[in-house]
Amino acid sequence: MQLFRLTAHELHDLLIKKEISAEELNLAVFDRIEAVEDRVKAYVTMTKERALEQARSVDRQINDGEKISPLAGIPVAIKDNMCIDGVRTTACSKILANFVPPYSATVVKRLDGAGAIMVGKTNCDEFAMGSSTENSAFFITRNPWDTERVPGGSSGGSAAVIAAGEAICSLGSDTGGSIRLPASFCGVVGLKPTYGAVSRYGLIAFASSLDQIGPFTRDVADCAAMLNVICGHDPLDSTSANYNMPDFTGFLKNDVQGLKIGVPREYMVEGIHPEVREAIEQALSLLEALGAHVEYTTLPHTEYALSTYYLIAPAEASSNLARYDGVRYGYRAEKADDVIDMFMKTRSEGFGSEVKRRIMLGTYALSAGYYDAYYLKALRVRTLIKQDFDRAFEKYDLLVSPVCPTTAFRIGEKTEDPLEMYLSDVCTISINLAGIPGMSIPGGFAQGMPVGLQLMGRHFDEGTLLRAAYTFEQNTDYHKAFPEL
Amino acid sequence: MAQYETVIGLEVHVELKTRSKVFCDSTTEFGGDPNTHVCPVCLGLPGTLPVVNKTVVEYAIRAGLAINCSIAEFSKFDRKNYYYPDMPKNYQISQYDLPIALNGHLDIEVDGETRRIGITRLHMEEDTGKLVHQGTITTTPYSLVDYNRAGVPLIEIVSEPDLRSPEEARRYMEKLKAIMQYTGVSDCKMEEGSLRCDANISLRPASSTEFGTKTEIKNLNSFRALQRALAYEIERQTEVLEEGGRIVQETRTWDEGKGITLPLRSKEFAHDYRYLPDPDLVPMIIDREWVDDIRSSLPELPDDRRQRYIGEYGLPSYDAGILTDTKELADYFEDCVKAYPNPKVVSNWVMGDLTRLLNAGAVDITGCRIRPKQLASLLQLIDKGTISGKIAKTVFEEMFATGKEPEVIVKEKGLVQISDEGAIVAVVDKILADNPKSVEDFRAGKERALGFLVGQVMKATKGKANPDLVNRLLKEKLQ
Repeated sequence: MQLFRLTAHELHDLLIKKEISAEELNLAVFDRIEAVEDRVKAYVTMTKERALEQARSVDRQINDGEKISPLAGIPVAIKDNMCIDGVRTTACSKILANFVPPYSATVVKRLDGAGAIMVGKTNCDEFAMGSSTENSAFFITRNPWDTERVPGGSSGGSAAVIAAGEAICSLGSDTGGSIRLPASFCGVVGLKPTYGAVSRYGLIAFASSLDQIGPFTRDVADCAAMLNVICGHDPLDSTSANYNMPDFTGFLKNDVQGLKIGVPREYMVEGIHPEVREAIEQALSLLEALGAHVEYTTLPHTEYALSTYYLIAPAEASSNLARYDGVRYGYRAEKADDVIDMFMKTRSEGFGSEVKRRIMLGTYALSAGYYDAYYLKALRVRTLIKQDFDRAFEKYDLLVSPVCPTTAFRIGEKTEDPLEMYLSDVCTISINLAGIPGMSIPGGFAQGMPVGLQLMGRHFDEGTLLRAAYTFEQNTDYHKAFPEL
Repeated sequence: MAQYETVIGLEVHVELKTRSKVFCDSTTEFGGDPNTHVCPVCLGLPGTLPVVNKTVVEYAIRAGLAINCSIAEFSKFDRKNYYYPDMPKNYQISQYDLPIALNGHLDIEVDGETRRIGITRLHMEEDTGKLVHQGTITTTPYSLVDYNRAGVPLIEIVSEPDLRSPEEARRYMEKLKAIMQYTGVSDCKMEEGSLRCDANISLRPASSTEFGTKTEIKNLNSFRALQRALAYEIERQTEVLEEGGRIVQETRTWDEGKGITLPLRSKEFAHDYRYLPDPDLVPMIIDREWVDDIRSSLPELPDDRRQRYIGEYGLPSYDAGILTDTKELADYFEDCVKAYPNPKVVSNWVMGDLTRLLNAGAVDITGCRIRPKQLASLLQLIDKGTISGKIAKTVFEEMFATGKEPEVIVKEKGLVQISDEGAIVAVVDKILADNPKSVEDFRAGKERALGFLVGQVMKATKGKANPDLVNRLLKEKLQ
């Protein structure tokens, strides 16, 4: 039995039946990591000792006859932009390469509390800025389905470890598609919750009004289990919502009878790969066959989403990343003439080119004389984009689209052209601007590479996404496919 | 030079005395070893988030109401972006276009006239840390940073350009300080930096209604510095204008030692702060009931207290003004009146001898060793005739120096007044015998001679004889 290929709920059953121990399970995953990691390159930092110690503690609980939570003993990977107390946390940037936080992100504390085992920190685009994980300051992560291709980004490492069997569940963060795109490219389940559903405390900020943490899993049931742990109000995050959180596993019903699904026309045109279109259309037919009403609809302001995003996100980033100046922690340039020179050298040497590009974009958008024309206008368009969704959800319970017009592209294919790279996010970006939940589930294959099906719902209606996703999964086998490595 | 009118506006920073900082739970206590009053949030470590301290908002509302502002129904925090090593995040969380309080005013008295000074706005922000240079800023080989102050809550109060002289600016500042202390939102200790001031100043022809070009003066860390710097700046700007020159819009700093202002940076190099709404903090909707609660819990403010002193205590307006200038002095005065219910007598002592001794010793009223009850005891000793008013001044000085009870001092130094008629008659007889010339003069109609004889009797009794008795007995003997 290859334990690393199983889901958390399957492993949970084995653990409570004492057919396996948590230590055994984690050792199996570390063995798998040893076997394939040099081809995938998904981990930036491993925390094996910490993990095995935690696993033994879960085993003691099991042996003492204590009831354990569904994620207890389960090997989980954390994107390297979330802080773990005492564990190097870099956001995959040279400027934070030596940073060890003295505190844990709220999501990490919650997973710890649920007995989940942290196996390591995963690679991502520097400060989560990118769509391919090629912008990591350390190395490029490869797609387990084809190691010549990118895993998507920015949470590429967290998606790849699930596809490759190097962890059972993982956490990523999604600012414009950074969970859903890599989930789509790697053929795993990825969900960006409603803005405010998960605490951002301890997540190294990219764009605060868009960032949201979410899970990667092998199936929808595991996704619900992860949500049960990470969602909920946190007094340390003013933007975290204080709402009545449901038990997400309650939505795992094989039933879409009468569900009204809208398909935004704007997400299915221009540049979409014919096989991706075909996969999506087949998925829609299946949902229809299972009893859902499916029809095309419109989100008329979609064409402005990308430009709106590339004003708001960099504007916030330019301010969020100002603190990396070499004064208090992280990288500091040597041989500076004075403090201004130290700032400039530190930031010039410490940041990669994509990060610098976005800092400059954002600084420009906020500057006197440009603010109204760029930043303020972008905020207004953001409201229009939100209203598009509000109107659509008056009519539909769910919107469905591709996550990306293409499957995973080749390493290096888009690095020379930032605009081409930005287009990878054309179907995911509006969801962050609107703050609604979005999910990518395995929806088929195109030329042997996974295609992600995107589900979008109303604010705090992750439940409908889970129900539709679960139904789709129960009636397909895409999520069971496992790449050869 | 009277052809120019001075126009001054002040930006005053007041540190709020909450227990914890504005966006985290680190202590606001003054001092402490460098970087000990900090946490991941106020150090701006990656991934940390601010959460607003509700007491800060409450204090800001209280301060706003006390200076007659309207309180915003919708308010938010913004980021003011600029790079400086004392800023953990390289942006300061402040308020830009939707401050918590707007459109207020306060009244000041200058030369017996009341002037109403408009207040544009009051907003909340976080303090920065502090750079510790090795020597001066230009010669230091390196600097250390102390973030203990970073994140301490401040309010900034911006006045309208309604002030017309350095004296008015000073009065405004003093009044503002008094109000902030009365409301209990701040200690306003200028020496600890909990009250700071920047001034904008311009000149214009006396008849003009348009503003001249202004300069901003920073580093005004005392009332004296404020008044001196503005006086200097008026002189400097007048000179420039007289010579046909133009005022350069710039920020200048006050050099206390040299007594001059120096250019810091000109407008061309002014910061572009690239304000943006802080996405880590949600906008605030200020509940009206909360505002009403705060309004009804406001303590008596200086103007009301002053009116009460005039109405209830029958004090002259001037006395009432001085006594209510600071909450501490007014509290002291009232405690005295409670123990000795003659406000005018208490006022004379407090404004006279006490103020003189405080000033001479550079002591604050809160550090005064004479407690209100002790002052009352002293006044009672005079009333009872135990000591004379003159001796009381000696006792008072002793009390101020030692903090001893007046009765103890009187006893120790043998200062009890002689009211025994027999004892005084003996002295009077002796003085009359020793000064036949004066006796003759008095009888010849020279009234002044009586004063001399009284003085001689007092001298002989070391000032302890009851002066009324001495007068009466002398007159009787001279008849």
